[in-house]
Amino acid sequence: MRIGTRPLFGALLAAAALVATPALARDLTVTSFGGAYQDAQREVYFEPFTEATGIPLIEDSWNAGIGTLRAKAEGEGTWDVVQVESEELVLGCEEGMFEPLDWQALGGEDAYLDAAVHECGVGTIVWATIMAFDGAKFADGEAPQSWADFFDTGKFPGKRGLRKGPRGTLEFALMGDGVPPEQVYEVLATDEGVDRAFAKLESIKDDLIWWEAGAQPPQLLASGELVMTSAYNGRITAANESDNREFEIAWPAGFIYQIDSLVVMANSPMKEQAMELVAFMSAPENQSKLPAKIPYGPTNKKAIEQVPSEVAPNTPTAPENLEHGVNYDRAFWVDHVEQLNERFNSWAAQ
Amino acid sequence: MAAASTPVDTVGLAEIGRATRRAGRRRQWKAFGLTLPLAAFLLVFFLLPIFGMLQLAVSNAELGEVMPDAAAALGAWDGDGLPDGETARTVAADLRRAFEARALGEVAARLNNEVPGYRSMLMGTARKLPETIEGDALAALADIDPVWREPSLWRLLKRTAAPYTDLYLLQALDLERGAGGDIRRRPAEQAVYLDILWRTLEISLFVTLACLVLAYPLAYKLASLKEKHANLLMIFVLLPFWTSLLVRSAAWIVLLQREGPINDGLIWLGLIDTPLSMVFNRTGVLIAMTHVLLPFMVLPLYAVMRGIPKAHMRAAKSLGAPPFTAFRRVFLPQTLPGIGAGALLVFILSIGYYITPALVGGANDQMISYFIAFFTLQTVNWGMAAALASVLLVAVLALYLVYARVVGIDKVGMG
Repeated sequence: MRIGTRPLFGALLAAAALVATPALARDLTVTSFGGAYQDAQREVYFEPFTEATGIPLIEDSWNAGIGTLRAKAEGEGTWDVVQVESEELVLGCEEGMFEPLDWQALGGEDAYLDAAVHECGVGTIVWATIMAFDGAKFADGEAPQSWADFFDTGKFPGKRGLRKGPRGTLEFALMGDGVPPEQVYEVLATDEGVDRAFAKLESIKDDLIWWEAGAQPPQLLASGELVMTSAYNGRITAANESDNREFEIAWPAGFIYQIDSLVVMANSPMKEQAMELVAFMSAPENQSKLPAKIPYGPTNKKAIEQVPSEVAPNTPTAPENLEHGVNYDRAFWVDHVEQLNERFNSWAAQ
Repeated sequence: MAAASTPVDTVGLAEIGRATRRAGRRRQWKAFGLTLPLAAFLLVFFLLPIFGMLQLAVSNAELGEVMPDAAAALGAWDGDGLPDGETARTVAADLRRAFEARALGEVAARLNNEVPGYRSMLMGTARKLPETIEGDALAALADIDPVWREPSLWRLLKRTAAPYTDLYLLQALDLERGAGGDIRRRPAEQAVYLDILWRTLEISLFVTLACLVLAYPLAYKLASLKEKHANLLMIFVLLPFWTSLLVRSAAWIVLLQREGPINDGLIWLGLIDTPLSMVFNRTGVLIAMTHVLLPFMVLPLYAVMRGIPKAHMRAAKSLGAPPFTAFRRVFLPQTLPGIGAGALLVFILSIGYYITPALVGGANDQMISYFIAFFTLQTVNWGMAAALASVLLVAVLALYLVYARVVGIDKVGMG
């Protein structure tokens, strides 16, 4: 390349490979999703755990993905306790990556929400995909109430946001078409149900904007691009707190909640301590402290009762919210996501 | 004397010739030796992964690895109707064993690639199978799930037991095998990947042309400035180049949104009444990608134009050519290598774009990489991801050959 501008073309490749030698004896390692969430976990679980038991902890973080887990499940384990999303719990357990849990040590299955109980994992937080809007843009009593309102562009003109792809989109289309939240997966399992969901989306196709990242919906609400949108509940509460927004969550419209679980890796060399940490993180007196730091709901029924009343309304597990929610059907989506993703894209291309 | 000396000279010449050839060979070996690290690097980090990817696109190893007895039994079965009791017993026993060993997940996922719902069906069946089956194994399976009486399931299992499959490659081309093994088009609601491939090529082509149209005058201006001034302006071209891709994509969302500065400005000027939809659709993707990739077009063009002596244009004009003719017949042909290089760079980079369309595009603007990422990261269907990647690779190679033919690859250069 003959260019007379020397400073502009400095070569810039410096590859430094840091080879970490695996230590023979290492500390118990807990892996979660990082960010503000893991900061909260550190305060509520990790530091108090070390204090109470004297077991030192190392933290790691990851972005979920079964591929990463598969790599970590090979050979001598470097992770012990891992927080996983619902699909990874199902797939990883089937593939034998996780150690079955001792539910007696966790206080028995009955102490938890049904959806939080699994052979290989115990639910640790409940988060939700909900319908949100900017309360500042609507007069009292004129705000949208339901998913039917979401699909009514006559009554509420403007663009709507949904997550790009079929998951957490088709469910809301059915709710907007009058299917009660607890029946959406039943309806979605039939061909007619899928047709019905796509027909509902079709009815407002030109008014839909598809978001990709969880940070987008609050930003798009704030900029006025959207009048209402599906969103992750934690992001909406965070926007209200940090940016002084008046976003509102339409809990009674119906929402989908998902559970992240704690698992113990089957190749962990210190399963006993790992189980101890899982039990500590599942105890009601500890779980109930988390929602004050970040608005995710606990899974232990006693913990749900103990959540401070000023933060409870922001959590999906508050009784008055939970009755409108439907548990994300992980088995349905593991089976059907590829097929419905193809259908979604062929629909979008029409 | 002369006659006597001739043989000596010949010997000497031959000696010199040999020595020269030896030295030449040594130089060649040395040069070859110096390229060895690069060759090894390319082999390990480029060719082998591509080979691995191509293999993954046709690999069908799941059932054979996890359930070897069942695979052998299914291989021996003639595939007509329902299998005999012994084959069914072997399959059921292997199912049970694989489930106990927690190895059945991959097989279940593999079946689910063909028939959605079969993952749960297989896992559910294996969970309920008794340790040892008394009597008719086929009946025992069918008691758990009546689908085991369907010949199509058994034919599918037999197909899955073969070491290679064309399923993924066919699917990536919107094709499938019918019940009789004939190849046919997939139903319209599943046939999306060719569409996505065309879309990818279309967006890339547009971005390449847009970059060329924008970059050519800019590079011309830069090349005609004094080096000092050109360098300053060059910084403005390169600044975005050094900014994170995510930041630039997000910035375009802010600029182009309904209540963003561009819409506000147009309304204020009275040019439009209602805000234009410029983001979360194809317009946004094209604008943002053109911006992100512009430097890759400006730099080769600028490099080539810098190398063209100014005297050429002056000479053309002094010989009577009007400005446009001088540009068309003297300047433009000399910039062709830069156009060739820039267009190739921008096009190849666009084809693999993922994050920009994901952020600023709508549901109908996602390019093929988005789907490769979907299959790799979200559904762990690496066969499908590899097949899509292979189709893309072949499409790009074919385009490159056409390009090399039309433009002439020796003409691609950077000055």
